[in-house]
Amino acid sequence: MATQEQPRPLNPVQSLAVRQPVIAGVLFIAIATGILLIITRQQLLFPFWSSIAFPMLAVSPFIVFALKIPTRIKLLLVLVVILLIIPYLGLKDSFYLELAVQIGIFAAMAMGLNIVVGFAGLLDLGYIAFFAVGAYLWGIFASKEGDTYINQIHAVTTPESFYLFLFGGIALAAIAGILLGLPVLRLKGDYLAIVTLGFGEMIRVLVSNLSNISSDPTITINITNGAQGLSGIASPPLPQFVFDAVGGIANLLGIKIGNIEGITYQFFFYFLVLFIGLIAALIAARLDNSPIGRAWTAIREDEIAARAMGVPLVRMKLLAFATGASFAGAMGVIYAAKQTFVSPESFSFNQSIFILVIVIVGGMGSIRGVVLGAVAVTLLNLQILPNLSLLLNSFKNSNEVSASVQNFFKSIPSQLEPAKYQRFVFGILLVLMMIYRPAGILPASRRKLEIDEQMGKAKDEALPRSDVEPEGPFITEDPNNAA
Amino acid sequence: MLLEAKGIVKKFGGLTAVQGVDYVQEPRSIDAIIGPNGAGKTTFFNILTGIYKPTSGTLTFNGKSLVGLSPDQINAAGISRTFQNIRLFNDMTVLENIMVGMHSRLRVNLIDTIFRLPRFGSQEVEVRRKAGQILDFISLTDKANEISRNLPYGDQRRLEIGRALASDPKLILLDEPTAGMNPQESVEAMGLFRRVRDELGITVLLIEHDMRVVMGISERITVLDYGQKIAEGDPLTVRQNPRVVEAYLGRGSAGSAGDK
Repeated sequence: MATQEQPRPLNPVQSLAVRQPVIAGVLFIAIATGILLIITRQQLLFPFWSSIAFPMLAVSPFIVFALKIPTRIKLLLVLVVILLIIPYLGLKDSFYLELAVQIGIFAAMAMGLNIVVGFAGLLDLGYIAFFAVGAYLWGIFASKEGDTYINQIHAVTTPESFYLFLFGGIALAAIAGILLGLPVLRLKGDYLAIVTLGFGEMIRVLVSNLSNISSDPTITINITNGAQGLSGIASPPLPQFVFDAVGGIANLLGIKIGNIEGITYQFFFYFLVLFIGLIAALIAARLDNSPIGRAWTAIREDEIAARAMGVPLVRMKLLAFATGASFAGAMGVIYAAKQTFVSPESFSFNQSIFILVIVIVGGMGSIRGVVLGAVAVTLLNLQILPNLSLLLNSFKNSNEVSASVQNFFKSIPSQLEPAKYQRFVFGILLVLMMIYRPAGILPASRRKLEIDEQMGKAKDEALPRSDVEPEGPFITEDPNNAA
Repeated sequence: MLLEAKGIVKKFGGLTAVQGVDYVQEPRSIDAIIGPNGAGKTTFFNILTGIYKPTSGTLTFNGKSLVGLSPDQINAAGISRTFQNIRLFNDMTVLENIMVGMHSRLRVNLIDTIFRLPRFGSQEVEVRRKAGQILDFISLTDKANEISRNLPYGDQRRLEIGRALASDPKLILLDEPTAGMNPQESVEAMGLFRRVRDELGITVLLIEHDMRVVMGISERITVLDYGQKIAEGDPLTVRQNPRVVEAYLGRGSAGSAGDK
């Protein structure tokens, strides 16, 4: 196997993409899939090839949509990737499914944060708090530990009530969003950011300390189990035939599976997250393209003018906080059920920043952009950087490389492992993005609308955004110069 | 009368920007407020549109009190405005700017929006039809899908007026609408203001520095100086008022140095 990546001949690739877009799209997907099918975990360069090919596969839907091919073929190709290739790869190696589920969870949350930051222009540095609200809602009610801490709370909730709690998580997060929104209505820019940051930390500190709320020293009323977190959280029950079906399909394809139950649940969460994520995207798109979305954009552009034009500031801002938060609430419930464990560590400030980075890198205000941002940043964080580290480690110990190469890699101190400076890479990524592509990978564009046509006929063409001023999220205009 | 302000006072700390101004405007009139820089004209507009709360005084519009209403409620009550330094929604298209202007006349509802109920669709169709009419009125139809920051200055001024018209106001406040325009453009702008009144039946109140515009279009003129009303009446009367002449000419540069 080659140790170096072949320099990619750019011009033939471009001309193929222009002249034969269908072939180019299929070829792109096929190459990625092919690499993933050939490589095995025993190979020395597995981490390298898998961190090239899986991200290729994950961004292939975006590539396909960028090509000039009929919409029907685009949808077909995307469905093949999402419903056949990724599940098949997941059956062979469940890590790919895990990655896909993580991407889905972060994509849905980024779409929620995008409503607050991208559409309405309200910088929120504590967004992970709403994820925590959803996760702890299901965690408290569905863990056996919760049962022993609070009297028989578990008896009132069965694993089946998961779906009910999904809506509960949405509602509770929306309420939390309004609670955050109320005190920050008058704040803008930096001040708003600081308060939301405080709110996020408050929720985290709250769940770390709700391990005993009893004033009587002889009785312990433990709600969240503090820093240790809640474990043994129930997942929704699946009927037996689902497990049988997954086992049957695996047999049919000649794939040996050790833990049928685990892989089946991975599939369940993959499709659940896919489904909820699609609904979230649909809701975000519909909100964007409506009087509500226009009012949000107006608030983002000029608060004073928006109010003078009849936009009720309080209502619209609270609506943005509530709807944005509800996306994270739903994903929180799913996350708790998937991990079967929640602890305050999962809801740190870094996580809020992580989602904000997704939104900024993807393109503030652009739904497609933040989904692509979720793919890129999540894979960088969970696959590419850890794999790079793995690769360097394997160079140290593998017999396939010469002794001098081994010694060179042994001389690298473990403190310099790539996985250890993920935040550093994020920082560089952000700096580069802000300098070269301040509006994100897929920038938001305004819709072109036909005036007198019927809604359905209206063309939604993207306008070029070359005129966008480089404007960071922390720079806000001073709106107090109306006089 | 359409608008009645009585004893409006606005203090910013130790500074009294508006000192007991009374103002009355009849329906379907075109009136102007003039005065040297820092006379309190824009402050008065900001009080009328709810951006500032008056320290004291009463405001009645169309028989209802405006005191304590927020800017969006005042817009819904029928007063719309433009700004001295143009405040368009820069990143939105021309059409979208107009559509935002209609907000207070729309049924805005989360359920309708998410489930795309039929009444949502019919409302959006109506919004676009009406936006088309307004664009036609301000002659910007061919630029409907341009990003508003890319428009030339004169078009931006007209778009701001169009956006203000979108909420079907009874009264429109124009804050220095011809500032920065050449004489030719000012004449065209005056034509637009007249059409707003004559064709749409909307009452117009403007703040203006260009005396050709003020004298050419206004039916009544109110003169503010140091936050006080020093004269009012038809253009001829005001022009001959010695206090007005003094306010504009008598103090010369000393007057503008004392601003703010």
